[in-house]
Amino acid sequence: MSVVFNQLISFLQSNPWLGLCMTLGVYYLAHVLYQKCGQQPLLHPVLTSIIVIIAGLVAAGFDYQQYMVGGQLIHFFLGPATVALAYPLYQNLDLIKQMWLPILVTVVVGVLVGATGAVGLAQLLDASHATQMSLAPKSVTTPVAIVVSEQLGGIQALTAGFVIITGVVGAMCGSLIFKWLGIEDPKIKGIAMGVSAHGVGTARALQIHPVMGAFSGLGMALSAMLIAFILPPWMHLLGWT
Amino acid sequence: MLVLFHQLGMWLMHMMQWPIPGGVAGMVLLFLSLLLFKKPPTVIAAGSGFLLKYLALLFVPAGVGIMLLFDLLANEWLAMLVSMVLSTVISLVVTGLLLQRMVKKTNGSTQS
Repeated sequence: MSVVFNQLISFLQSNPWLGLCMTLGVYYLAHVLYQKCGQQPLLHPVLTSIIVIIAGLVAAGFDYQQYMVGGQLIHFFLGPATVALAYPLYQNLDLIKQMWLPILVTVVVGVLVGATGAVGLAQLLDASHATQMSLAPKSVTTPVAIVVSEQLGGIQALTAGFVIITGVVGAMCGSLIFKWLGIEDPKIKGIAMGVSAHGVGTARALQIHPVMGAFSGLGMALSAMLIAFILPPWMHLLGWT
Repeated sequence: MLVLFHQLGMWLMHMMQWPIPGGVAGMVLLFLSLLLFKKPPTVIAAGSGFLLKYLALLFVPAGVGIMLLFDLLANEWLAMLVSMVLSTVISLVVTGLLLQRMVKKTNGSTQS
């Protein structure tokens, strides 16, 4: 029995099926759980999937590289999916034209407020300088965030983790906060979500309302494009770099 | 098709030495081409719909990468968590309220 088990383990170690099936299976179950519990924010499927997969990998003695043999097959589609966000954007072109200036101002302010808040709080709580700088670009999509993090003197891997957690937090709290503030316009909710919680927030926004999804994609794209130009000078201005 | 735009975006950004990832550049390129051609081909519509429906799933592998950071997290996890959660909430509140106020103002001025 244990021989069979050991063979199974060594087969899985070098095989993409481990990461692929594990990710798809766990995510599917997490999604079902999320729906069953009335979309309870704490059970956001991205969060539960990550926790279950890490626990499973650690328990079975696999490392991240072994998981990513299969995981990267899914990870690869993140790039094309980002490109695909242009489509809902195009469909809502008329709405965007009506309010492009407020959107632009909001995105710039949002990027700076998000970063300043994170770094300021980390400073108050005595986090190390590298941690602070890794936190600064956490609200934009991963590939941009790690480039900006490096520019500021942060740790790339740490930033990648912060980005995902931030996205999950935003996706979790977003609806509650908007309800609390009395914001109902899906366009406004979308922009706020995209600027604050990038792709994970956008994925959530798409589930809530197609217009919110399109504007979340817009907010995410604009902040990703702007952050590389505005954040490093701003941090320098505050004397935090 | 979308993969093509992604690759094109990556290549372009590589050439220009801009710190913008291929995905975002490709998104801008696709948006511009949609503006240019007006009628989007069904391939794009179908492909986008499919990918965006499962967008949340695509973040899971990157998120699992957090497991590499356990040592780093051990020391400062509380400070990190508090600043991440609070700043995200602040960001949502500020952007939401700011945009709502500005939109109301522009609507008000055009109506009056």
